[in-house]
Amino acid sequence: MSDAVKVPARRLAHARTGDKGNRCNIGVIAWHPALYPILVEQLTEEAVAAWFATRAPAKVARYLLPRLEAINFVLDEALDGGVNESLNLDSHGKALSFLLLSMPIEIPDWAVDLLAGDDPPRPSTIADRRHP
Amino acid sequence: MDTDTLLVGCAAGFSGDRTDAAAPVVRTLIARGRPACLVFETLAERTLALAQLRRLDDPQAGYEPQLEAMLGPVLADCLGHGIRIVGNFGAANPVAAARKILALAGALGLSPPRVAVVAGDDLSGPSFRPLLAARSGEVTPESELISAHAYIGAEPVAAALRGGAQVVVAGRIADPVLALAPALAHFGWALDDWNRLARATMAGHLLECGAQVSGGYFADPGYKDVPDLHAIGFPIAEIDAEGNCVIGKADGTGGCVTTHTVKEQLLYEIHDPAAYLTPDVVADITAAEVRQVGENRVSLTGVAGHPRPAALKASVFSEGGWVAEGEISYAGPGAERRARLAAEILARRLPGLALRVDLIGVLSVLGDDAGRALAGRPAGAAQDVRLRVAAAARDRGDVERLLRETTALYTCGPAGGGGVRTSMRRRLHTRSCMVPREAVRTSWRMVAADE
Repeated sequence: MSDAVKVPARRLAHARTGDKGNRCNIGVIAWHPALYPILVEQLTEEAVAAWFATRAPAKVARYLLPRLEAINFVLDEALDGGVNESLNLDSHGKALSFLLLSMPIEIPDWAVDLLAGDDPPRPSTIADRRHP
Repeated sequence: MDTDTLLVGCAAGFSGDRTDAAAPVVRTLIARGRPACLVFETLAERTLALAQLRRLDDPQAGYEPQLEAMLGPVLADCLGHGIRIVGNFGAANPVAAARKILALAGALGLSPPRVAVVAGDDLSGPSFRPLLAARSGEVTPESELISAHAYIGAEPVAAALRGGAQVVVAGRIADPVLALAPALAHFGWALDDWNRLARATMAGHLLECGAQVSGGYFADPGYKDVPDLHAIGFPIAEIDAEGNCVIGKADGTGGCVTTHTVKEQLLYEIHDPAAYLTPDVVADITAAEVRQVGENRVSLTGVAGHPRPAALKASVFSEGGWVAEGEISYAGPGAERRARLAAEILARRLPGLALRVDLIGVLSVLGDDAGRALAGRPAGAAQDVRLRVAAAARDRGDVERLLRETTALYTCGPAGGGGVRTSMRRRLHTRSCMVPREAVRTSWRMVAADE
């Protein structure tokens, strides 16, 4: 059984959503350079498309910006028509950055100390890691 | 002291932004004692269509409604210290906005400033209909078109500044133009100096949402803490002769400028980072770097530019029917089940109307219009739930039924429902298209006080 610790992406990165028409972008920025490759490995186009399945994006494109330790996701047709057409209270999709930041990310032992935020990894998995 | 930089302070990031934001920015610009200008971005896509509707009602309206409140506190200081003002607060009626500014100056006892207006963005007139129909693939009946505007570039704004304008009033200029145009006028770059144009464009991009680069829209307690967010300072870019910039903010204010706030805003509304399309240049941020160079000071370097696109983006707005919304709250034990039952009642009472259902407190903004997310979520035991239902239709009468049925839930719906609110509003239909640059003639001119 894997003893990998899983944490929400929010502990590795921060993010902001922008919108243009029916297209949404989510800029994801690593909190630490060493966390960036973990995000690149696990926040794939396929993983993000699956996480956003109920928004039914026609396409998810991912752009890597290693000098900024950032990833830009572009989700086509994910806004139910966009700011003027959607019936969503949040017709801009402003809140979607936090949907992405709730994606679970597996982190190796060495990365735990680099995580942001004050909610710890699940106690059981911490115990697993400290007492293999 | 570095004398060859231009300071660009931003005092608004959207229509409805704080009207007390400008004063600390202007105080800081004056204290720096360097060439400076103050910019206001007040024009989201939708804002312009709404402004056009106001102008149809009143030929003297159609510019930024907060114009006087935004400029009033700083106009005298800006004019007195040579700080030029550039804004897209002209919206659908730049000439009326210019006259308002001249009247404001008069009321403040100032001698009349040189106020210029920029024209050419408005494609709402009949002569543009065939072009828009051909380019957007959609024919809008004459009676339904509200507005059409092209995103125009920095040339006419920079020309107005070089022509001596103290205030430049524009409508639909591309947002980054607010910084690019003053930089063009100040440094005299060629219009095909793609790298410099791209760098200053990205400075404008960082400024265009006001406090969003200086700690606004950033705070996430425990993760991203921002000092004195209630008194957030608006940003100031120091643009150098190469177009590179350092982002700072007004002195003595809250908020923060860090590599993280700058990176978030750098990527905001960007699609392909190698090709950020603007009327003036295609900017490429794939090799961009941000560095903390002081307290609340972050530099942006490494932006590259490519030749500007052959066509300009235009947004076309037309009548989009009506939207209605109804809400009712349920609380205590069984609240979620009662809210779901109320939603089911509405669906059965309103056949033929596609309802968007939100259970606020359970699942709302992360849901979808088709209800896929809510359908996949088993009924839970939430104890404070606000049902919100929305629908759109071409005809007002069709969505009005939703208002009546929501209200009827008081006596005919599940137990304990309270706090009904209903609203109805016009909807705008929007589409974008590309129009050839040659079809859009831009110009500028000074406006006389007695026009």
